[in-house]
Amino acid sequence: MDRINSAADFDRLRTGLQSDYAPDHPWITVCGGTGCRVYGSEKVWNAFRDEITNKNMNATLTYDLKMTGCHGFCEKGPLVVIRPMGIMYTHVQVGDVPEIVAELANGRTVERLLYSDPKSGEIIEHEHDVSFYKHQQRLILNLNGILDPFRIDEYIALGGYTSLEKVLGSMSPEQVIAELKASGLRGRGGAGYPTGSKWEMCRKQPGEIKYVICNADEGDPGAYMDRSIMEGNPHRVLEGMTIGAYAIGADQGYVYIRNEYPLAVKHLRQAIKQAQEYGFLGTNILGSGFDFNVNIKLGSGAFVCGEETALMASIEGRVGEPRPRPPYPTTAGLWGKPTNINNVKSWASVPIIIERGADWYADIGTETSKGTMIFSVVGNINNTGLVEVPMGISLRELIYEIGGGIPHGNTFKAAQIGGPSGGCIPAQHLDTPIDYESLTALGAIMGSGGLVVADEDTCMVDFARYFMQFTQEESCGKCVPCRVGTKAMLETLKRICAGEGQLGDMDYLLELGEEVKRSSLCGLGQTAPNPVLSTIHYFRDEYEAHIVDKTCPAKVCKALITYSIIPENCTGCMVCLRNCPSDAITGTKQEVHVIDADLCTRCGMCISVCKFDAILVT
Amino acid sequence: MRISISEINQLISQEMLGDGSLISVLEEIQQRYRYLPREALILASERLDVPLSQAYAVATFYNAFSLKPKGKHCLQVCMGTACHVRGSPQVLNRIETTLGIAAGETTPDMLFTLETVNCLGACALGPIVVTDGEYSGQMTVQKSDMLLKRIMRTEEVKKDG
Repeated sequence: MDRINSAADFDRLRTGLQSDYAPDHPWITVCGGTGCRVYGSEKVWNAFRDEITNKNMNATLTYDLKMTGCHGFCEKGPLVVIRPMGIMYTHVQVGDVPEIVAELANGRTVERLLYSDPKSGEIIEHEHDVSFYKHQQRLILNLNGILDPFRIDEYIALGGYTSLEKVLGSMSPEQVIAELKASGLRGRGGAGYPTGSKWEMCRKQPGEIKYVICNADEGDPGAYMDRSIMEGNPHRVLEGMTIGAYAIGADQGYVYIRNEYPLAVKHLRQAIKQAQEYGFLGTNILGSGFDFNVNIKLGSGAFVCGEETALMASIEGRVGEPRPRPPYPTTAGLWGKPTNINNVKSWASVPIIIERGADWYADIGTETSKGTMIFSVVGNINNTGLVEVPMGISLRELIYEIGGGIPHGNTFKAAQIGGPSGGCIPAQHLDTPIDYESLTALGAIMGSGGLVVADEDTCMVDFARYFMQFTQEESCGKCVPCRVGTKAMLETLKRICAGEGQLGDMDYLLELGEEVKRSSLCGLGQTAPNPVLSTIHYFRDEYEAHIVDKTCPAKVCKALITYSIIPENCTGCMVCLRNCPSDAITGTKQEVHVIDADLCTRCGMCISVCKFDAILVT
Repeated sequence: MRISISEINQLISQEMLGDGSLISVLEEIQQRYRYLPREALILASERLDVPLSQAYAVATFYNAFSLKPKGKHCLQVCMGTACHVRGSPQVLNRIETTLGIAAGETTPDMLFTLETVNCLGACALGPIVVTDGEYSGQMTVQKSDMLLKRIMRTEEVKKDG
């Protein structure tokens, strides 16, 4: 590929590519996101390739095949979408491929693989009509199911790098910053600091050397949108970073990414190489005289490195311990130089804002929270997946319209937003609009967008213990309030779950929690008590049940439950008896079995093997 | 596994000898040996001119590094929130009991290392167990038994054959 040295070169390239990647080009797109790959989408892709070439279907079939990034509807993977029509097939297996191809050649669809709406039972042919997608507004994720992330040409044909060209060709750095400020974009990493203002502070700092960093250390358990963006559309992140570097005056950037995301790393590496070859990265970008390069730094599995000062310490090759702020990174960051750190979603939003304009962007969302937010809706929900919605949407719409409600006819209990730093929002607040301020007022935080749905089978005390265990293990240990405070809170929660809770434990947790929040060094400790404080606030009765009545209403905490057999349901099939690892079940064929509560370890094996719902947990 | 000083020297390439490359160097060594041998840690600190105490601090701070050799098969149980609410603690518990080791440990015969990970980001398939890089989704206590049995059986076959 030839290097692009001017705007005219770029226009010529793009015009040429647009005919190769026309919007009406027929494609079979197979989702290549991590979720669908686990379901076997690579094998499905291979099967399509073989089917098309072996049968020489190319003669009659004009469709080309490609593997895209994550489509978002992970629950239904492997996903295959036939474009441009948008026919969506779910749970596609290798054996389905010949039928799909044969029917496609005849202009027909395979009905059994189409999506069936769980509420109405209606068969829905097109992706855009499925309620999961219909209520979304996909700005950042819009190309995820369309692009082949390995082809920079396709990104260019679909409008990629035009924002960079616009910025370098016709905007001063101050104008770019003014545009960002006018858009109202706030940091998508969780804290919600206005992005344009942060850039301005960094630009105004004296000094020749400045850095930009993309924080891709997506550590919140249950959040995976940053990974999907980098896997599915890595160039948009690079384009955003390059525009930011130009506005700030940086010539070096870093992407700090988790090593648990090998596919995202691979895609990003390839994207950097391609961008360098075309000259979107490197020296004299598009002939403008602006130089910028990006390096990848792999995180090594430490949650605290998502905190910006710890992240920079890690890039410098040190232990990822945070330091007090100020000075903020914009003043003294990486190697003491002014540094601007933004989250993946923030960087990916930048080209969109430049392309469509600040006014257009600021029209989306609420008064104080502009644009869209991506949530990974997971846990006990029908439609697990990545969802991009305008700020201000209600939780109810998110969980019931898009998420499809709670599986197995269970009742919604709470939505946990913001991961280990966030809080739970109970059913009575389902109609609250989701924006930075409303969530904070309810005791949760926007965070990076992890949204875990808990239902009646989720014990909120155990849930709080889970998060506290997470933060306690991930606490770097530098400051006492976080190191000792989280440990003390965890021990208390463990005692409560073990049925050894005491009156006064809740007051102790509340008092200690407020203290840890107030006095910890960094964001990890300052937010770690949130899951505990918010569950005590909304689910005090569950704590009381554990402490006073010594029962676990959700039947989760092992020390507080017993397993028994429902005689009416038990057929005496001996399956549970044979599978019980602690030989706690006795009985003979066609006789009702009995569980010895003393031997039973409540491992759940019998429930998982019983076909007759004959195991009762009380 | 044999530890070769010249090989470790090669892993520490020239371009890595810049500022802040300690973690990248340790990542290379970890990837090669699946742990950080004592010799490698000492050599890395010498080549990079970083105090051994700092190399040790980094090696013990990050989860990706291990100072102990790992077993032949690596089992990772995802403990992310979505997997948690769908029952990953029971799955982990079961694997721990079956193998007779706790998470973070290796069986005495060096066949299995059991680890927990914080969210692999494939939440739709939770609970997830990764065996030697291969994902198994929607795990139950029963399915984890089958998974272990399958690996043990292939090991038996190898031993007999």
